[in-house]
Amino acid sequence: MSFVADYYNYWVVVFLMMTGFYVVISANNLVKKIVGLNIFQTSVFMLYISMGKVTNGSAPIVAEGIEQYSNPLPHVLILTAIVVGVATTAVGLSLIVRIKRAYGTVEENEFQDKDDVI
Amino acid sequence: MLDPHMPILPILLPLIAAPLSLLLGRSQLSWMLAVVASALSFFCALSLFAVCLDQGAIRYSVGGWPPPWGIEMRLDTASAFILLAVTAISTLVLVFAKESIAKEIDADKHSLFFTAHLLCLTGLSGLLITGDAFNLFVFLEISSLATYTLVSLGKDRRCLTAAFRYLVMGTIGATFILIGVGMLYMKTGTLNMLDLAERVQAIDSSRTINTGLAFIMVGVGVKLALFPLHMWLPPAYTHAPSAVTAFLAATATKVAVYVMIRFIYTIFGAEHVFHEMGMDLILLVLAVVAIFKCSFMATIQSNVKTVLAYSSVAQIGYIILGISMVSVTGLMASLLHIFNHALMKGALFMAVGAVFYRMGSVEVKAFQGLGKHMPLTMAAFTIAGLSIIGVPLTVGFVSKWYLVTGALEQGNWLLSILVLLGSLLAVIYIGRILEAAYFNDLPKSVEASSVKEAPVLMLIPMWVLVVSNIYFGIDTDLTIGAATHAAEWLTQHTDAMGARP
Repeated sequence: MSFVADYYNYWVVVFLMMTGFYVVISANNLVKKIVGLNIFQTSVFMLYISMGKVTNGSAPIVAEGIEQYSNPLPHVLILTAIVVGVATTAVGLSLIVRIKRAYGTVEENEFQDKDDVI
Repeated sequence: MLDPHMPILPILLPLIAAPLSLLLGRSQLSWMLAVVASALSFFCALSLFAVCLDQGAIRYSVGGWPPPWGIEMRLDTASAFILLAVTAISTLVLVFAKESIAKEIDADKHSLFFTAHLLCLTGLSGLLITGDAFNLFVFLEISSLATYTLVSLGKDRRCLTAAFRYLVMGTIGATFILIGVGMLYMKTGTLNMLDLAERVQAIDSSRTINTGLAFIMVGVGVKLALFPLHMWLPPAYTHAPSAVTAFLAATATKVAVYVMIRFIYTIFGAEHVFHEMGMDLILLVLAVVAIFKCSFMATIQSNVKTVLAYSSVAQIGYIILGISMVSVTGLMASLLHIFNHALMKGALFMAVGAVFYRMGSVEVKAFQGLGKHMPLTMAAFTIAGLSIIGVPLTVGFVSKWYLVTGALEQGNWLLSILVLLGSLLAVIYIGRILEAAYFNDLPKSVEASSVKEAPVLMLIPMWVLVVSNIYFGIDTDLTIGAATHAAEWLTQHTDAMGARP
């Protein structure tokens, strides 16, 4: 039981990660693929953020009477990773806009028929 | 005397030049700025390389913050050697690009091309120089995002789907690396590569660290197009503009190989990765399959760029094969092949770009009769092609020689025969194109007078690479000296780590 309860944050992460990964692989619509990619990345953000938590640790702000702080470094790292994720989403969506203009569709099976593979 | 800030300059110069080139807006000015920034990075890399050969490693603390707190930049011979190749190819490709992109990219996007190219160079230099595992992820994403943009700049609409597929695969790969680094951080509490190495070694065997290793290897495998994770590469290289393909084929995947070497040798320790985790066998099998499957695929393509793209995946197979031998000779052959492959693939893709410039197509059919009408371009293609095959007096021979030597050192006859058989497949796929060029006449539909030699600005960088293909094939002191020094440095480093109680 404690295997589930003690590590619940990791279970959430794994669930989200696999959901996102599955959506990326299975979705036929390119926008949905980007959504899946976002869920996949968000799960990793949660992995980082939750591992910075120290038991009984407070938020990492210096204050009187608080001895123990959570580790702020993973949060800072994830700020960077979120920026990277936003940039990736932006590039992905702008590619989709151009694909829509060029092919008239964002469904993968529909535009694959229009060109030779490769 | 080396300027104390020299190690950061190959990252900063292109990074500062990138937005400037966008602001300049005019194609001509952006081009000059990009060439100058890239050439300056090359000269920085040259002096850093000389210092590394002399002293071994250079350390630099960004912003004056010492390592455990700040991000550390760290160069050793392996990174300086590859940095030299990357900045050199970047400069040559930029010179080549001026004429090439005039035909392949819309005029209003020219300064965007130079911006994205410089950003990609920033990311690649950063990957090579950084000494911090998380910083490595950030630079990886900088170079990848720039790459997706570069691929999508082509006029053919298929470049868009290729870029999108590359984006999805690349992001998954990078996120895998992020997960792996997170697991390492969870266990060790540090991100600095040297600190990581020390603490990973101290923790004998942990499932968290091994899972992290697995994630990082798969993630890097996507980025370096290791078979069977290479599916993004052929379409991306085929439909990207020629100048982009020449740059990416010569540098991007090779820098990812460097990342793999860095993770295996510096962070996890070769002993752990190869002997306890058995990565050597996995890499060996994948490398051999990559060589044969992709060389075979290269022989049946009708588009020359696709042929060369599959050939790139096969050549990555050779590089990984060297790593999987777990010996100084094997690692040295890998590093050497990274450098040499940059020279030959750069020249080949530039020649293909020149053919596209004149013929407007890169199908094998379009090469018919070009031996007579574009003699210099086809001569360049021939020599670089011979280098891919591994004919003596070219660089390809040198690296394959050391690969075979590495295999024979271990008494592995089968492997050395496989390497030679792989070269035979290269004879077929390069031979097909040469046959079309030299033994066929121009198709009747093409007017003979309209097919001329490529512009001088395209021929110069192409021939610089071709001449260095031959030069480094004959005078191997520099390349072999550097690769040996780098390989010994990397392996000794792990041995020293392994000797700890």
